[in-house]
Amino acid sequence: MNDSHISIEQQRYATLLSWGSRSGLALLIASFLAYVLGWMPAHVPLEQLPNLWNLPVGEYLEQTNTPTGWAWLTMTDRGDFASLVGIAWLSGCSLVCLLAVIPIYARRKDRIFVMLCMLALAVQLLAASGMLRTGGH
Amino acid sequence: MFGGAISAIRETGSLVRANSLLVLLAMTIFAGTAYAVEAAPATSAMPWWGWPLALFITCFFLGIVAVPSGVGGGVLFVPIVGGFFPFHLDFVRGAGLLVALASALAAGPSLLRVGLADLRLALPLALLASASSIAGAMIGLALPASLVQVALGITILGIVVLMATAKKSEFPDVAKPDKLSAALSMHGIFHDASQGKEISWRVHRTPLGLLLFVGIGFLAGLFGMGAGWANVPVLNLLMGAPLKVSAGTSSFILTLVDSSAAWIYLNKGAVLAMIAVPSVIGMMLGAFIGARLLHILRASVVRKLVISLLLFAGLRALLKGLGIWM
Repeated sequence: MNDSHISIEQQRYATLLSWGSRSGLALLIASFLAYVLGWMPAHVPLEQLPNLWNLPVGEYLEQTNTPTGWAWLTMTDRGDFASLVGIAWLSGCSLVCLLAVIPIYARRKDRIFVMLCMLALAVQLLAASGMLRTGGH
Repeated sequence: MFGGAISAIRETGSLVRANSLLVLLAMTIFAGTAYAVEAAPATSAMPWWGWPLALFITCFFLGIVAVPSGVGGGVLFVPIVGGFFPFHLDFVRGAGLLVALASALAAGPSLLRVGLADLRLALPLALLASASSIAGAMIGLALPASLVQVALGITILGIVVLMATAKKSEFPDVAKPDKLSAALSMHGIFHDASQGKEISWRVHRTPLGLLLFVGIGFLAGLFGMGAGWANVPVLNLLMGAPLKVSAGTSSFILTLVDSSAAWIYLNKGAVLAMIAVPSVIGMMLGAFIGARLLHILRASVVRKLVISLLLFAGLRALLKGLGIWM
C-alpha cells in the first residue's frame, strides 16, 4: 500500500488515536472485570441494580446518592466509578490527537486548520467540562 | 472438472451455513426481545447479571450484522435495547453513544492510515456536528422519555425508508469544487484495492453539507445513536465524495461527534457501567466476527434482515412512546 499521499498530520492523528483507543478499551475491560467480579466494592450494590436501572436518570441519581459532573473522580475506589475512567478516556482521546496536529498545521501556515482544530478542541473541552447544565425530567 | 465441482459444493455449503446463521441470528434476536418484553415486569426474579448477560449476547449478534449491512452498531442498539430491555431510555442512549464511539475509535486509525478517512474533509463537518450533538444531548436529557421514544420511533422508521430506497454512487462526478471546499482543500487521493489504482476525489455543495451535519449531530446527541446512516448519504450523494471515502470519513467523524455528546451523558450521570460496558464489548466482538464473515455472508440478505429489525424496533419505540405497546 502506497501511503505517500497520506499527510503527516493524518498519520500522526491515526497513531495517537490508535494508542488512545486501545489503552482506553484495555482500561475499560480491566476496571469492569474488577467491578463485576467483586474485586472492588460497588457504590450501588449489584443486586439492587435491577430495581434502579429502569428509573429516569434524575431519580436514579437521587435514590443512589450518585454525584454528577466530575465528582465521580473522587470515588474511583468503587467499581462502578472506576469503570467510568475507561469511558472518560475513550471520550477524551481525540483531544490529544487534535492537540498534536496543530503544530503541523501551524508550521505550514495553514491558519484555517489551526483555527478549526482549536475550535474542535474548545467544543470537546466545553462538553467535558461539566459546566453545561440540563434540566432533568 | 471434478475439483471444480467439489469447490462449488464447498462454496454452496459455506453460503448455506452462513445464511442459516443469519436466520438463526434473526430468530434469536426476535425470540430474545419477545422474551424480554414478557419478562420485563418480573425483573426481580432474574439475578442481577441476567440482563447484562442478555445485553452482551444481543450486542454480539448486532455487531455481527452491523458490519456486513453497512450500518453502525449504535443505530441498531438504541431502538432494540431501548424497546425490549428494562433499562431506562436515558441509560440506553448513554450506552448507545459509547457503542458507536468505541466502534468508530476501533476503525478510525486504520481508515486514516489508508486514506479512506480524510482529516481535511472530516474536521469542518465534525466541528459543527460536535457542537450540535451537545445541544441534542442536553435537550434529549431534558425531554420526557415518552416524547423521545416517539421521536426515536419516527426517526428509525425514516432510516428504514432511507436504507430501503437510497441510492449509492461509487464514484460521483464532481465537475467543479465549490469555493469553500477549494479554500479548505477538501480533496484527496485514495488507493482503491478493488481496481488496483489511485483515485483522486474532490467535493462540492459544501455549505449545504455543513448545514446538514448540524442536523445530523443534533440527532446523534438527542438519540444517542451513531449517525453513519445520515453521514454517508450526505458525503456521497450530496457532496460527491467516493463511497468508500464517505464511509471511512463518516466513521472518523463519529469519533468526535459521539465523544462530545458522550461527555454530556457522562456528566449528567446517564452512563451506567453495567449497561455500557457489556454493550461495547459485545458489539466490538460481534463486529470482529462480522468483518471476518464479510466474504461469505450475502450483504443483500443481511441488509434485508437489518431493515426488518429496524422496522420492528422503530414500530416498538413509536408504540411504546405513545403508550400503546408497553
